Amino acid sequence: MGGLIVWLPALQVDWQTLLTVNLPALIIVLVAVPLVLFFYIVGAEQIVRRSPKKMHGSIRPWIWVGPAILLVGVILVYPMFGTIVRSLFDRGGSHFVGLATYGHLLTDKGILIVLRNNLLWLLLYPGLVLIFGLALALLSDRVPYEKPVKSLIFMPMAISFVAMSIIWQFVYYYRPPDVPQTGILNAIVVNLFHSQPITWIQDTRFNNFAMILIGVWGATGFAMVILSAALKGIPGELLEAARVDGANELVVFRRIILPLMMPTIVVVGTTMVIFALKAFDVVYVMTAGNYNTDILARRMYAELYSAGNHANSSTLAVILLIAVVPVLIFNIRQFRAVEARR
Amino acid sequence: MSVATAAPAHPQASATGRTPRTGRLSEAVSKAGLHVAVIALTLAWITPTLGLLINSFRPGGAFNTSGWWTAFAPPFNFTLDSYRAVLGASDLAPSFFNSFMITIPGVIIPTTIAAFAAYAFAWMKFPGRDWIFLGLVGLLAVPLQLTFIPLLTLAVHLGLTSGNTLPFGLNAGFIAIWLAHTGYGLPFAVYLLANFFRVLPQDLFESAEIDGAGTLTVFFRIILPLSVPALASLVIFQFLWVWNDLLVALIYVGGAPEVAPMTVNLANLTTSLGQGSNLLTAAAFFSMIIPLIVFLSLQRYFVRGILAGSVKG
Repeated sequence: MGGLIVWLPALQVDWQTLLTVNLPALIIVLVAVPLVLFFYIVGAEQIVRRSPKKMHGSIRPWIWVGPAILLVGVILVYPMFGTIVRSLFDRGGSHFVGLATYGHLLTDKGILIVLRNNLLWLLLYPGLVLIFGLALALLSDRVPYEKPVKSLIFMPMAISFVAMSIIWQFVYYYRPPDVPQTGILNAIVVNLFHSQPITWIQDTRFNNFAMILIGVWGATGFAMVILSAALKGIPGELLEAARVDGANELVVFRRIILPLMMPTIVVVGTTMVIFALKAFDVVYVMTAGNYNTDILARRMYAELYSAGNHANSSTLAVILLIAVVPVLIFNIRQFRAVEARR
Repeated sequence: MSVATAAPAHPQASATGRTPRTGRLSEAVSKAGLHVAVIALTLAWITPTLGLLINSFRPGGAFNTSGWWTAFAPPFNFTLDSYRAVLGASDLAPSFFNSFMITIPGVIIPTTIAAFAAYAFAWMKFPGRDWIFLGLVGLLAVPLQLTFIPLLTLAVHLGLTSGNTLPFGLNAGFIAIWLAHTGYGLPFAVYLLANFFRVLPQDLFESAEIDGAGTLTVFFRIILPLSVPALASLVIFQFLWVWNDLLVALIYVGGAPEVAPMTVNLANLTTSLGQGSNLLTAAAFFSMIIPLIVFLSLQRYFVRGILAGSVKG
């Protein structure tokens, strides 16, 4: 990082323009936003104090929880029902068509490929993230240089999917067989396996896996860090005792480590399932949904903006919601189970 | 001294019945395998980023004709040309600024409002409290896509679009993005903070209240300082999510350059320039600088706060 700061002047950035883009607006952002929030809570508390003492208990909670409920209501709950209702109307929004759009979309060949791709994401993305995350957590736990290893693998977490996609475009880069390959993957294919280079992004045999791999690469660090913390929470004496009793490492892993880490694996797994269903950016940047790589979230965006078809767009969003409902119910049940144990 | 204390441990170790010589050999082999596996995985993980980093410092046409790994052999041709080009040619400076304009309130507003709400959920009694909280847990899984159309219609009705300018030259499109990120971030934020607040020791508040401290004092003087790990991890999470977001920005401001953040700018560059442009390499790294600084400097808190909030539950 230090080197970078030294280089900045050499880039001849017009910092003057950068700073005068819109300074008043930035000042509003830095000062006014926190002030409004602060004065809201202080002002509202003043009102509570002036009111009759008997009513404090019934007013105060709503003052504290009110803004959150209002915003979640307006930004999440109201539009959610709005979209469900909208999906039952035609393209123009004036005629009620019931489930016709669903029937129309679910028999569309293009949409069936979209659904297949989402299913691939749903199965492979959480699965691979958990496998790599768990393997890295277990392995790095036994080496003295655990910290730098974890930091390096965790790093993609800070990178946007857009930047990740650019990074991987260079990995998957394809050039004709008669010139040197510049993408590392094809360089390996050509030089080590003496085979023809592959168009990873266009070839429908590979491209969905190529997209999912980008996502896996980005999320594994997150899974690893959480799983590693759970691993370190397992008492050392427990593992020692099993080893002394002659259990080999595989048995220790299957009988002790895995069951004790299961709650954490479930939490990470459900989070990844939600991520898989919401995946958008990678496909948007890499292929724009071409070459049979489209997924629900990107298709929904395309229906909304490129096609301007609100009926299709709403219906796809509701299909996404239906896919998430099992996770949603599972989350709530997990939460209640944890609450009950308290 | 050390001999005396070490001595009793010795017979115990041999009593476990391991034959030292074969044990040590297989141990050494598996130890070597372990190191190889860890180092190979780590190298595989950093190679993609490393490749882009090296390409971003190579002269214009070089990475279109030879792989980045050839740059390690002489002649060592490295240059800042790509970085200069990206700063000169694209809307990088304004979009960098826009990313701050979007991210700072996009973090402050949800974190503050979530802290207020989490305080109420954790320490106040009100009708429907547990049901509302359960509803928030359910909303954690709801896809954002479900909200776009009605919310977009609402934003247009209220004039919160990139075409309108508010006093002080503030683009109304920013307000729409701030509110959207606030709403989308709130369920997780409230969930994380409420779980953290709830396990703070109750006697602390009681004794403070006996001393005559009001609700505000308890909140600002006791709860917030004690919750720094959870707040820090929430801030990092929300910061990364907002700074790196592409979808929400695309939906609420489209491509309007007055409001578009770096991710939108970068995605446009990718589609307009196609693969293999030298602008892309440098632009990608520019977009990573801020989140990487935030992330690396606060990594410690990130992990601690998330664990306290969600895993231990």
